[in-house]
Amino acid sequence: MQKTHKMTNFKRPSGRTLTEMRKMYAKVGVVPNADGSAMFAFGDTVAIAAVYGPRQLHPQHMQDPGTGILRVNYDLLSFSVYERKKPGPSRRSQEISKVTEWALSPVLDLKEFPNTVIDVQVYILQADAGTRTAGINAASLALAHAGVPMKDLVCSISVGKLDKNLVVDLDKATDFPIAKIASTNEYTLLQLDGKIQPGVVKEILGLADKACEEIYEVQKKALKEAIEQ
Amino acid sequence: MMNHTNEAHEAQEIQEVTFQESSVKKRKIVVPGEIIATGEDFLPGEGARREGQNVLASRFGLAEEAGRVIKVIAITGAFIPRRNNVVIGRVTSVSFNGWIIDIDSASSAFLPIDESPRFINKSEMNQFLDIGDVIVAKIWSVNNRGIDLSLKGKGLGKLEGGFIFRIIPNRVPRVIGREGSMITLIKEKTGCNITVGQNGWIWISGQNLEAEIKARKAIEFIVDKVHVSGLTELVEDWFAKNA
Repeated sequence: MQKTHKMTNFKRPSGRTLTEMRKMYAKVGVVPNADGSAMFAFGDTVAIAAVYGPRQLHPQHMQDPGTGILRVNYDLLSFSVYERKKPGPSRRSQEISKVTEWALSPVLDLKEFPNTVIDVQVYILQADAGTRTAGINAASLALAHAGVPMKDLVCSISVGKLDKNLVVDLDKATDFPIAKIASTNEYTLLQLDGKIQPGVVKEILGLADKACEEIYEVQKKALKEAIEQ
Repeated sequence: MMNHTNEAHEAQEIQEVTFQESSVKKRKIVVPGEIIATGEDFLPGEGARREGQNVLASRFGLAEEAGRVIKVIAITGAFIPRRNNVVIGRVTSVSFNGWIIDIDSASSAFLPIDESPRFINKSEMNQFLDIGDVIVAKIWSVNNRGIDLSLKGKGLGKLEGGFIFRIIPNRVPRVIGREGSMITLIKEKTGCNITVGQNGWIWISGQNLEAEIKARKAIEFIVDKVHVSGLTELVEDWFAKNA
């Protein structure tokens, strides 16, 4: 009893409670030349995503006559961090490109577009923890904006441990990024840096579910605002 | 040249009727996965699917109920070529038996020499159409090897003069309007020849540059107003204001 009381009053250095997320901001149509585009921000982390396609896939040996494929490219812009990030692909950006692709492809249905590719470019304008989750949220919005047939939107959030408490949307790394198909109980990304007891995973997913509901509302609003100018 | 543009979009209008006929019904913006309707009374159409009791959206767009069928009309995104679409394209290459045309879609399009309106000697192909030339063509077939075009038909052929710009392909039906009402209005008000390709490329040619720019601005005004009903009156007001 006393413990729960303590939990509810707990504030993080940023002044947020344990389950409070940073202020979110989403907008679609930020890149007019792309077929679909979006911007998603968690506080000071800002991601933009642009979608091109379905378009012809080169190199040809990657083409699949059965279905279209998704190709994601994630990167930090060189000015997104304090110390200049050397531009170009790195091990880190390649990994995140891949997990973003895996997080998004379960909701897409590209059977209508054989031999083609949908290119998603995700760039981080400003990095302040949670860039891959912001990137996935932006990419999901951009794909929807591009009119790609999708089962649902994908929402993504990081949950982690701060001292002994589980917290949502961490300010620092050492987290548990999660992506989820919005209105189902299917998770498309679970990663873990560091350690966590197996017993608390369920609790973590519960926290992520609540956070994803909020993210979904923000995404939905952004898409609807794109038309009701 | 003057008349062929009118005929070119008549062919497209046939396809537009299906889009416009139920526009009286209320439309709602939906996002993927959003529940549009609940109950057994509804059938999912294009862009929608059924899951248990609910009909859900499978893409971002405007949900529309036409009787029992619920469909989602795309309002953004790339051009998906269909048979009998009239498109505007640019010649990117001349091969030994035809031309390769860029029509701004996933696969490139091919115009065989046999599908040109008159006999053309293989040695004189680039005198008829050369790289960079712009044509209005009809999609004759779409298969997994590519898209085949034809120039045989009313209003199809090479475009000369004027200029071309691009709009979001899914908004072409709005620009054309019900039975071509919108595009006819713009033509009357500006005195320009306009051809609208289903791939979102629009060709305008008029008496002077001012008229051409005005036509373009009018079209861009329409493209921004996807969700508004009674657009024709709005466009008439727009012309009154910008006379």
